[in-house]
Amino acid sequence: MTTRMSDADLLFKALADPGRRELMDRLHAHDGQTLTELCRHLDMTRQGVTQHLAVLEAANLLAVVWRGREKLHFLNPAPLQEIYDRWIFKFERPRLKALRDLKRQLEKTNKG
Amino acid sequence: MSTAPRSSFVYVTIIRTTPAKLWEALTDPKFIRQYWYGVGVECVWKQGAPWKMSFPDGRLADVGEILEIDPPRRIVIRWQNEWNPEMKAEGPSRCTIDLTPLEDAVKLTITHVLDRPESKFIAGVSGGWPYTLANLKSLLETGAVATKAHPGH
Repeated sequence: MTTRMSDADLLFKALADPGRRELMDRLHAHDGQTLTELCRHLDMTRQGVTQHLAVLEAANLLAVVWRGREKLHFLNPAPLQEIYDRWIFKFERPRLKALRDLKRQLEKTNKG
Repeated sequence: MSTAPRSSFVYVTIIRTTPAKLWEALTDPKFIRQYWYGVGVECVWKQGAPWKMSFPDGRLADVGEILEIDPPRRIVIRWQNEWNPEMKAEGPSRCTIDLTPLEDAVKLTITHVLDRPESKFIAGVSGGWPYTLANLKSLLETGAVATKAHPGH
């Protein structure tokens, strides 16, 4: 007997794969890419990328928009914000948040 | 195929309604005024037709053109800000409205894109769209909007 996966299950499953997270990072850097653009310089087969994109779309993390004959992939950030509110924000302690902010600030200065 | 960096806003919402009703809500000025905080939209909704959005007091907000239209599935609008000098200088954006029928509902996808990084215009509409779309969903599903005033306006 199988139970239908909840939206949260689909979401976490989508994020659990490093290849899919790589695709999300790439779209975050440059949104609205075609399949061909996404496959460039990636150590994944075109079919692999297609499958990953399908999982991301099923989890509502992607919106697909046609432009002529091209299919453009856009990140849909809303579900991530919901995860943040539901699973991260409420567990935060003020001191942990301060440490995270400091870490982020230091990492920013190191990069520069 | 553009590889230049772009700014984008994407919003996907599922609304318990029919494609025909949602299409009407998206294109009828009387309907639009109810969920979009009183804005006026003028358009004959044909390919190439001019498109205009005005504030409740009649001031011009945005102008543009219908680039594509495929009832009741899709509208693509060239959307150029008029009222804010910085946003106006960024040039036109492209707003795609896709309606995907589901079993008892419609998936509405808004993709608003401007071909410049860190666009102030996209940052601006990113704040407005969630409120407008929440109102649209609420109006179609319950007969009342979610909020009558946009916070911060």
